[in-house]
Amino acid sequence: MSAPIDLPKWADTILVPAVSVVAAFLVAGLVVVGIGENPLTATRLLLQGSLGTGEGLGFTLFYMTDFIFVGLAVAVAYHAGLFNIGGEGQATLAGLGIALVLNNLTFLPGIILIPLGILGAAAFGAAWAAIPGYLQAKRGSHIVITTIMFNWLASVLIVYLLVNVLRAPQNMNPETPAFPPQSEILFMHEVFAAFGIEIPASQLNLTLFLALAAAYGVWLLIYRSRLGYAIRVVGSSPTAAVYAGISPARIIVVAMVISGALAGGLAVNELMGYQHRLLLEFTAGYGFVGIAVALMGRAHPVGIVLASLLFGILYQGGAELAFEQPAITRDMVVVIGGIIILFAGALEGLFRRFVAHVMPRPALAKA
Amino acid sequence: MNPGDFVTLLDSGLRLSIPLLAACLAGLWSEKSGVVDIGLEGKMLVAAFAAAAAAYAFNSAWIGLVAGIAASVVFALIHGFAAISQRGNQIVSGVAINMLAAGLTAIVGNAWYGQGGRTPPLEGDQRFREIVFGHSALVFLALLAVPVTWFVLGRTRFGLRLRAVGENPAAVDTAGISVTKLRYTAVVIAGILCGLAGTYLSVGQSAGFLPNMTAGKGFIALAALIFAKWRAWPALGACFLFGLLDAISIRLQGIALPGIGEVPVQAIQALPYLMTVILLAGVIGTAIPPRASGIPYVKER
Repeated sequence: MSAPIDLPKWADTILVPAVSVVAAFLVAGLVVVGIGENPLTATRLLLQGSLGTGEGLGFTLFYMTDFIFVGLAVAVAYHAGLFNIGGEGQATLAGLGIALVLNNLTFLPGIILIPLGILGAAAFGAAWAAIPGYLQAKRGSHIVITTIMFNWLASVLIVYLLVNVLRAPQNMNPETPAFPPQSEILFMHEVFAAFGIEIPASQLNLTLFLALAAAYGVWLLIYRSRLGYAIRVVGSSPTAAVYAGISPARIIVVAMVISGALAGGLAVNELMGYQHRLLLEFTAGYGFVGIAVALMGRAHPVGIVLASLLFGILYQGGAELAFEQPAITRDMVVVIGGIIILFAGALEGLFRRFVAHVMPRPALAKA
Repeated sequence: MNPGDFVTLLDSGLRLSIPLLAACLAGLWSEKSGVVDIGLEGKMLVAAFAAAAAAYAFNSAWIGLVAGIAASVVFALIHGFAAISQRGNQIVSGVAINMLAAGLTAIVGNAWYGQGGRTPPLEGDQRFREIVFGHSALVFLALLAVPVTWFVLGRTRFGLRLRAVGENPAAVDTAGISVTKLRYTAVVIAGILCGLAGTYLSVGQSAGFLPNMTAGKGFIALAALIFAKWRAWPALGACFLFGLLDAISIRLQGIALPGIGEVPVQAIQALPYLMTVILLAGVIGTAIPPRASGIPYVKER
């Protein structure tokens, strides 16, 4: 039973995740049946709401942008053999970085201020990830535990700062004053309007392109660069890395810095692209969805973009579905995320064995 | 602060530490056997929901407890299946358990009661009665679990084997004892204790279930476990300390201390997390987990 299961590469990278996702949806369908609703109607409403209208598609792509960033963040750490569950906290701190940069440099023109805001997000996210990385590398504290603790520390810190320090005067809500208007990343419908093309208004903004660029950048980093090679060596065998003259401690910190900076992209999309101010709980648990995205996408940027699209569809479609059928709330997406993490992550071996079992023998022999 | 206030503060600290204690001991059992459990939070949450729902349906707090434990054990077995039988990644499985619990309790709660995920308020027999000093039986059950855990893990043959499985499973296997069976036993015990913790939240401490009512208690319990260095009596101390901090932060809201001024609630709330990070960094003492924890056991090697 513990003999390695040989599968052709295409089966391993495409078939196994696909089978586990299908299984996850079947289980989710059972949950829908369990609460007395029709899963087929639910699926139709979900697809209609997310892809059926221009507006819905815009929102789907907006959520996809969030998930690409957090998925990439988990993936880069994963390649270094690290499990970064701290995406939530890192994105929260990135939001703080954005607010500090944008609201203190209001005199700058947008063309300078926007890149500075993005850099602020990356720097704060990276710093919040670097500390657990450093503690893991130098002091041996388990990164999972420290990143969990840092999530909670971030949420406590942001509540304190928003309530006591950063809140706009005369504002009852714990949120900063609005960012200066020139720092707002353009909405996609505004961009298209400038070219005389009218598309339905949504939250979708230019950060989508930043996310896709980040995905390409991560691909270059991991599979085409010396540093990426070092990251993968440390991830598969820290002892081998030492023999190859790579310092695992250094690589661990670097990988966490990159991971935290990527998680900061979530704050760029949500705050600079849509909310235009810093507010509580804008991360909305997306940091954990990033784990599902990275596992489903096999920690490969192409897989992550596809998995992000799927989760974008689920989030947008789920919102529309909750509107049409109040019994199926948006928590359904959290359930599906949980099942996908369980199936594509923890129970991966089960699905690999299943695929190996049902595949025709000749295909296996070639592997 | 007069002595009466002080006693009240200790009392509410105790109340707030009970769910932490039960969950912390759950983590202790699981991790001593070599199965890392970051799904304490999720198991508490399903238990809290199942307990409140059953207590309401059957008009009995005790049936609530049984249902809470049953739900938590089911989730523990999912974790066990992934971590032990399938040798999957235990952290990933724990994350999945937490997400599943958060989503399922909200959805099912909303579908059954239509009150935004809440259960109807519990009253009378649906809640645990106060028996001694204003505390319910669950408080004493959780406190009793401390000496029982200490004794069974530290002083019995079963406990010795269970600890050995967390340190060196191959040695246990060589002695002809089933690693799988021992780990499953530990995971189920963890499920029972999380069930107790969750039931206390919804049926003991509060009168009903609220969505996401665990609010990170499972992670504070995890912090307490590290703080107690995976030992039962220190776990009691760590959980009481964290519960007391919670009680103090509630009490100090809006009160200016002489000489210091108003202490932000968040500063006190951050303490358990901060103290755990500092401890793990080895600045004050060291915290070393059981050696084989987190590593699936492969027999043929």
